[in-house]
Amino acid sequence: MLVLLGIAVVVLGFLLRANPLLVVMGAALTTGLAAAWSPGADLNIMLAAAVSTIASFGKAFNDNRYVSVVWLVLAAVGLLERAGLQERARAAIANVRAATAGRLLWLYFVVRQGAAAIGLTSLGGHAQMVRPLVAPMAEAAAETKFGALPDRSRYRIRAHAAAADNIALFFGEDIFIAIASILLIKAFLEGYGISVEPLQLSFWAIPTAIAALLIHSVRLWLLDRQLHAEQNRDNAP
Amino acid sequence: MITLAHAYIVGGVFFFAVSLLSLRDVSNRRRWVNSGFWGLLALSFLAGQYLGDLGNGLLAFGLVVLAAAGLGQGKPETAAPEARRESAAHNGNLLFLPALIIPAIALVGTLIAKQTSWGPRYIDPAQATLVSLVMGVLVAIAVLMLWLRPPALAPLQEGRRLLDAVGWAAILPQMLASLGAVFLAAGVGDQVGRLFSDYVPIDTRLGAVAAYCLGMALFTMIMGNAFAAFPVMTAAIGLPILVDKFGGDPACVCAIGMLAGFCGTLMTPMAANFNVVPANLLELPDRNAAFNGVIRAQIPTALPLLIANMALMRLLAFPT
Repeated sequence: MLVLLGIAVVVLGFLLRANPLLVVMGAALTTGLAAAWSPGADLNIMLAAAVSTIASFGKAFNDNRYVSVVWLVLAAVGLLERAGLQERARAAIANVRAATAGRLLWLYFVVRQGAAAIGLTSLGGHAQMVRPLVAPMAEAAAETKFGALPDRSRYRIRAHAAAADNIALFFGEDIFIAIASILLIKAFLEGYGISVEPLQLSFWAIPTAIAALLIHSVRLWLLDRQLHAEQNRDNAP
Repeated sequence: MITLAHAYIVGGVFFFAVSLLSLRDVSNRRRWVNSGFWGLLALSFLAGQYLGDLGNGLLAFGLVVLAAAGLGQGKPETAAPEARRESAAHNGNLLFLPALIIPAIALVGTLIAKQTSWGPRYIDPAQATLVSLVMGVLVAIAVLMLWLRPPALAPLQEGRRLLDAVGWAAILPQMLASLGAVFLAAGVGDQVGRLFSDYVPIDTRLGAVAAYCLGMALFTMIMGNAFAAFPVMTAAIGLPILVDKFGGDPACVCAIGMLAGFCGTLMTPMAANFNVVPANLLELPDRNAAFNGVIRAQIPTALPLLIANMALMRLLAFPT
């Protein structure tokens, strides 16, 4: 039971708003020490446990470097921003009369979910698409409709742009048979002697994908109404 | 064959350049901290395989100490807003093309590596998407440099500008993945699974479905990753209760159970890649709050969807 102290450190750390990197390191050390602790453990044993925890953390850190490789994208995205991509994206959307922030994000949601469902998960992403294109376009659509936006509305639209990317990806990708989560389920069940086809698993992802599309469509429709209300409230005398 | 090792070298060179440029940026009063942080990360990318486990652990520890000390914000040379507007008007919709090069090459490279007989000779199929993404970035940069002829250092300075906006959150996803490995080694997941199967009363199908889906979502929120929660919760509740006791279809139970976990991913700062990094990239004012704007935008979709998952599993997984 003691190893659960690491989870307590995580929860407490986030509640106290400590630096998350500090929280993660603290939780790892706590977990490693708690796993090694016994009533007879002396200082040397605990010290050795701390060192071996740092070592196993370091091994995992090195093995997971691929997670941080994606930041290279920022060099290309930054160059594009320098060349005026955000401004161009805003101008392009400002000419579309029917565009609203909610409708634009809905369109992105549908395309992103559909692309993920046929395995094209790399079309999209926060650094490549949301910051340089989707968020500025959604902001511009709202500006065309309402004029200058209050900060609250602007940040709400940006947050919704990121949310649309996440939700569309999560509930689209599982329809594709060769995605990591499907393969994980298959491998896990095989360990228990149950054989399932990836196609069966991806089939059962479809109802939830439809539910996600319906629910989030309503959310984006409400977003437009909310922006409208915020605008009216801020313009009221 | 191009592998992840080559991508690490490119990444290491990029972080090293950012470190050097940060050091030269006198407008940033904390430039030593910035330079040290990105320099350590460059060291990890360029030489991580030679440092040994303890060495890498101490390197990660150093990154945490520097991040806790506080990174500053550099002021790299960049184009003024007027220049950007001018360039946007001058170059028009052609600007969208290089933006599409990155996903297009990532996609084509992945397909070539996985679907053709000759592709694996050039691209490591096990890491096809990441390797192709890096190639896409390099091609996009080359195209932009030849076309628009910005200063030679521009890709590095612009990359630094955005990297400084992300700050220490850039390595949070990698750190959380490492924490997951430590949790796994200490058996944290097994303990949580035992807690659930010992203390949660599950006598009805609906109760069992609710316990499994809620357990998936909650444990995913704690771990930040549905993949970590899935084996634990499915071994504790999914297989013994839903499948063996109540006769549920394992494919349906597991597929929807995983998606219930994804609802948890939408609601937690532990899923840093998806929820914290974009808040930094979009420069949201509440990006350091536990429940930042992105998470708060997602919760009203995640909760109804979690309930929908329970209803779907209850309806679809059982024969009668």
